[in-house]
Amino acid sequence: MKSSKIISKLPYQEPFLYVKSIDEVSEDSIKGSYTFKASSWFYKGHFKNNPITPGVILTECAAQIGLASFGFYLLSQQRDIDLEQVKLAMTSTNVEFLKPVLPGDKVVVEAEKIYFRFNKLKVSVKMFDVSGNLVLRGELAGVILP
Amino acid sequence: MTSEAIQERLKTIVKPYINNQENFEKLSKESDFINDLEINSANLVDIVLDVEDEFDIRIENDDMEKMTKVEATVEVIQKKLSQK
Repeated sequence: MKSSKIISKLPYQEPFLYVKSIDEVSEDSIKGSYTFKASSWFYKGHFKNNPITPGVILTECAAQIGLASFGFYLLSQQRDIDLEQVKLAMTSTNVEFLKPVLPGDKVVVEAEKIYFRFNKLKVSVKMFDVSGNLVLRGELAGVILP
Repeated sequence: MTSEAIQERLKTIVKPYINNQENFEKLSKESDFINDLEINSANLVDIVLDVEDEFDIRIENDDMEKMTKVEATVEVIQKKLSQK
């Protein structure tokens, strides 16, 4: 499945779509990116007069690439299914935030499969800024129901 | 391996995932992972994977679906061990 097709099948839309591109994907890993628009809704409140991307949004971005997009790809490799009907649920997050991500910053997310079995995908994930600095790392898991 | 020995090892495996300590302490053959031990259904997958590692067996979808209670889980493990 082509990477542009993965994004079009994801069950997200503005203002809660945090995947811009899927650049590499295989049975074992995925790599994608997103650029946080300076006009994004959450900067007005996080923080007052000091906009910084909330950790929960960084986690969401990591999950939309590392779990949802990756899961859609893995599922589509296993069988012929209607991705429009797939249901997603994130079940655990264990992440550390190492550097702030500011309005307009681009991030690259890389996720490696730990396992994908019985409809549960668990990955180890890393997020980098454009300079290659690690900004987030951890493990995410979710269930993907065809 | 006796079913008692398997149950004892299974108890150690499920411990990190339980949310009802009282029912865990009095764990029996009848204990239900979700209703009695209050294990999150997503963690049942982790339990199955831990069981595979602990007993060096491979569990398939149809066996996984049976593994909702201690007794049925012990039976699946015993069956898989006998097939090795």
